[in-house]
Amino acid sequence: MEALLKLENVGKRYGGVDASGVRKEVRALDDVSLTIYPRSTLALVGPSGSGKSTLALCMALLEPMSSGKIWFEGTEITNLPERQRRAVRSNIQMVFQDPVSSLNPRMTALELVMEPLRVQKRGDHRAQRGKAGDLLERVGLRGEKLNERPSEFSGGQRQRIAIARALALEPKLLILDEALSALDCSVQAQIVNLLFELQASLALTYVFITHDMAMAAHLADEIAVMDHGRVVEMGVVARIVNGPQHAVTQRLLAAARGIDNVADAPRPVQ
Amino acid sequence: MEKWAGKDLFQGYGMTPLLEVQDLHVSYGAASGKSGVALAGVSLRLLAGETLGVLGESGSGKSTLAAALLRILPANGIVECGAVRFDGRELLQCDAREMEKIRGGRMALIFQEPSQALHPALRVRQQVCDVLAAHTDLSRAALRERTGRVLAAVFPTETERIARSYPHELSGGQRARVLIAQAICCEPALIVADEPTASLDAETQMEILQLFRRLREEFKLALIWITHNPALLAGFADRVMILYAGRVAEVGPTAEVLFSPRHPYTQALLRCLPPGLGKGYVGRKTKLAVIPGVAPVTLRDAGRCVFEARCSDRMDACVSGEPELVCVAGKQFVSCVKYAG
Repeated sequence: MEALLKLENVGKRYGGVDASGVRKEVRALDDVSLTIYPRSTLALVGPSGSGKSTLALCMALLEPMSSGKIWFEGTEITNLPERQRRAVRSNIQMVFQDPVSSLNPRMTALELVMEPLRVQKRGDHRAQRGKAGDLLERVGLRGEKLNERPSEFSGGQRQRIAIARALALEPKLLILDEALSALDCSVQAQIVNLLFELQASLALTYVFITHDMAMAAHLADEIAVMDHGRVVEMGVVARIVNGPQHAVTQRLLAAARGIDNVADAPRPVQ
Repeated sequence: MEKWAGKDLFQGYGMTPLLEVQDLHVSYGAASGKSGVALAGVSLRLLAGETLGVLGESGSGKSTLAAALLRILPANGIVECGAVRFDGRELLQCDAREMEKIRGGRMALIFQEPSQALHPALRVRQQVCDVLAAHTDLSRAALRERTGRVLAAVFPTETERIARSYPHELSGGQRARVLIAQAICCEPALIVADEPTASLDAETQMEILQLFRRLREEFKLALIWITHNPALLAGFADRVMILYAGRVAEVGPTAEVLFSPRHPYTQALLRCLPPGLGKGYVGRKTKLAVIPGVAPVTLRDAGRCVFEARCSDRMDACVSGEPELVCVAGKQFVSCVKYAG
């Protein structure tokens, strides 16, 4: 099967000066190689600062890489001119963690989902409205709600709007960067189920960034563990959870198990 | 009127509670932002040195509870009725000056967003010292000494470097620890922590819980730990209270509430969690259990069980009145018609 997205030796460096005026270089990403297959879910886990979000931005072509190569559906896209990059970018969309800051508070739900269509000039105004309405309905929002602004919605509903918006350009790959972290448990469950449905009906591929190992293991086919800008371990979920090889993976699992024992408890009979 | 008799709850304790909240009702007037009822009759008791976990989702009233206890509700926040007794004093009747002494001194609050709660232009040492200076009459030398001790307790390694740092030079976990240092420096009897670790990764959350275990032992702290994440409370809190629509759904020893929950809401909530990472884990990309519907707008007098519309165990009796909080086993209390009478 052909890979959907392939990264080879990707590096990302930031230069600058530290607090005492010494020139420093930060390696946000260091020699990252991985392959993502269509219709699969890859969970990207790791401690804060390990480079997960930076990797996501590079995958989505929102940040340039310093080194390495990247292919999308077999075509190398590393040094594409901007016009062609835009076309590829519409295939890879992102949903962010904070539903408050990622949605323009002055636009209605409908306008927010229409915006990508307007920017990429897809269809006329009526077609755009229709498509936006359909997408919002697909994610469980309908009726008068569509003309309300983000402040009128709950956190879970705002993430639904963000997901509908990310689907507007019919991407093949959706990158969710801690998209569930700010939500209540019962709402997380609802959004997870929505994501499963969408993956099946729209043949989507997901990259799911999270520090919730239990959720990562539940959602994903494979897990990639990052530390200090490198992918230190990667494998099928069962293998990573039951037989972690790298110390960072072991630490993450230990932390998750330490505060995760609630889910292990026998369920009550009543 | 008290919802349950003191002796049922504290059989064998024979101690006066450090904090006692009776039938607290809080609502917000129709200014911009929140409006409506937030708490509709919350009662709780806390002994000295005890940790109570308050578990609730958005809209349950948990943050209002924290603000009400420390009397820092916004201008449109109204305590409609109820009593809060702390350290033998009626808090709701203290004037502003008395509250200023208690707040930070005997009772402290830790907020959720460490990056927003710290002064960006003051070094860590100064920020902790300022809190001490505001609440004590210590000499400069004594202030320095005490600040050093508190920082060493919270940052056992790299104390000096952290003390000299500005907040932007610290990680999220380190900033959270600075807030904790500010909260404990006056050796309060009670700390109310409102989602203090929500923005931190799992490992850092564990470290902060470990830190609190050490500190509450060392400083004999009572803790009210407010969160929407049940996993943080197992093995950490002594008792857990479940809030739903501004009311107490269930309260009892942690193991009972989290592993043998009685209230249908608690049961439904815990069922929503993804499976634990136990031995022989097999990842299944299966749908998670959900609680149908949405949480209701909190009303003062609902006239029925507030969870009824979403409850899989609902009966006709559920719409005839609000169930009272009753003792079901040992020290576990539930407000559900199934256990009434």
